Amino acid sequence: MHRSRLLIVLSSFLLFALVAAACGSDSGDDPGSDGSSSEPAVPLEDQELVFGNFGAYTPDGFLEDFAAETGVDVTISEFSTNEDMLGKLQAADGTGYDVVMVTGNYLQTLIDAGWVAELDHAQIPNLSNLYPEATELAFDPGNVYSVPYTWGTTGLCYRSDLVNTEIDSWDDLLNPVAELQGKVTMLGTERWLLQPALLSLGYSINTEDPAEIDEAKNLTIEAKPSLLQFNDTDFYARLDDGSASMVHAWDGWCNYAANKNVEFVVPSEGSDLFADTMVVMDSSENKEAAHAFIDFVLAPENHLKVAELVLYKVPNAPAMEMLDPALIKAYPNMGISPSQLVTYEEDLPLGTEGQAAWSQAAAEIKAA
Amino acid sequence: MGYWLILFVVPVGLILAYSFFRRSPTGGVDYTFTLDNYVRAADPLFVKVLVFSVRTALLTTLISLVVGYAVAYFIATRPQRWRTPMLVLVVLPFWTNLLIRTFAWIVLLNNEGLVNRILRGLGAIDGSLPLLNNQFAIVVGLVYAYLPLMILPLYASIERLGRSAREAAADLGAGPVRGFFRVTFPMTLPGVMAGCIFVFVPSLGNFIVPDLLGGGKKIMMGNLIQQQFFQARDWPFGATLALSVLAITMVLLIAQAWILNREKRLIAHGA
Repeated sequence: MHRSRLLIVLSSFLLFALVAAACGSDSGDDPGSDGSSSEPAVPLEDQELVFGNFGAYTPDGFLEDFAAETGVDVTISEFSTNEDMLGKLQAADGTGYDVVMVTGNYLQTLIDAGWVAELDHAQIPNLSNLYPEATELAFDPGNVYSVPYTWGTTGLCYRSDLVNTEIDSWDDLLNPVAELQGKVTMLGTERWLLQPALLSLGYSINTEDPAEIDEAKNLTIEAKPSLLQFNDTDFYARLDDGSASMVHAWDGWCNYAANKNVEFVVPSEGSDLFADTMVVMDSSENKEAAHAFIDFVLAPENHLKVAELVLYKVPNAPAMEMLDPALIKAYPNMGISPSQLVTYEEDLPLGTEGQAAWSQAAAEIKAA
Repeated sequence: MGYWLILFVVPVGLILAYSFFRRSPTGGVDYTFTLDNYVRAADPLFVKVLVFSVRTALLTTLISLVVGYAVAYFIATRPQRWRTPMLVLVVLPFWTNLLIRTFAWIVLLNNEGLVNRILRGLGAIDGSLPLLNNQFAIVVGLVYAYLPLMILPLYASIERLGRSAREAAADLGAGPVRGFFRVTFPMTLPGVMAGCIFVFVPSLGNFIVPDLLGGGKKIMMGNLIQQQFFQARDWPFGATLALSVLAITMVLLIAQAWILNREKRLIAHGA
């Protein structure tokens, strides 16, 4: 009697453990304020930074080099996604971090919430390394709040040994030839799910027009039977194991496929342009160190390490000039020029109504 | 009482409260009363997903019950010294992250995966069986994930029953099949109900398995809720959808309590 109760209790605990695990709650790395009160007059070498960045997005030795140069210790707090970051900032009302990485179309949310500080360009002389195109991005013209860390686009990533037709249109994904039926994957995240259809129809990727969203939705539903799966986590591995021949991919992630026959192409209808950017938090008590850190990243030899690590382009002219030509040969997306990149449409934030329409369309596509 | 308040009433109360507000433009909560979320949740789309989720979770529960009962019965009828190690083996997979175990199924089930290659090697099939990116894969993943939650309560009630009831049934002329369905199974009903709820409830809310093994081409309520919280950042609507799953769970728990009570009364009246 007693033991059976125990077993039921035990299994209930397991259940809750599972539910907790399934919810993917990652606690533990919450950066609290460290208590060391730093007045504006604190010398740079006595300041400390908490840098909120995506996982696997900070080159090895980066923080040690910065500490050696400035005496400032940096603690990394990792996010898995922008939504994860926003959730953590929301919970702490924008406190707890000094420098945060945010994708451009989420920047406005942080600005509206009053969480980010205007940048003092005088403290970031290396800003002059940015390509001119990177200083005029629509989500923050003139880099008032943000400095781009990486930038990229979305396209089609395919095995040239398995694809015998020329790939140059989003229709190649939406309406694949016979040999690609059941061999293609699409990004399933709301923001990218509708893009192939919108671009194929010639609409803006930021449209909030219900009729256009509806049309793109129907086109995507029609494409569903020819899909292997929606995948935005390990689509490159599907190319490696051969279950997919072509995948809808962010340019940097296409490079994570090990197969040597993998090619990347941006379809002729164009694509999107996204940038991950660094911002200084308004609540930071170490703004001098925060600016120094951004300046450090923008030094060509440091920004180069970012490009080499994540295999996305960095918007830093001298850093890109230092990039090993062999790397560009192996990963052609690294060779897309800034002037080409800015011909693509930037991902911009959607309004409440538009967001709800996109959400509904995404759910309908997935449930169809 | 205090724990109950903190761990249950407060979180559910928050979800309930959120469901009556609207999403703010920045993805927070705008504290203006509205019933819009409930109007949206009544959309045929969400009903369709709910029906698919319930059917998938029911199928998962049924398969888990059949497999789990056999395993629990087997363990409970082994000599005492074997039972604990066997139970440890049942629980062992829980020590590995669910995400990793789910990815392992991709390795097993994909077109070039172990299962297809073995079947091909045996000459049983040409080409590949479509084992991944469909409802079959979702059910396999869910059964695998939650089977231990079925086995443990079943084991508890079968073990408690002991051999005497089975032997009595046999002595009174019931064959093994009749003895099982007239004596063993009814007397282990509390374990059956507990196991079924432990499997059904998390299956209904799971979003990792449909996403990874189902290829995102079929979605369940868990995916819709996850989408609202993580992609649309619409907490109020996500909360409304979560409440619908919670309501189903509550109905099940009440039904379970009612059935068990009735059983008890029947036994007390000397059925």
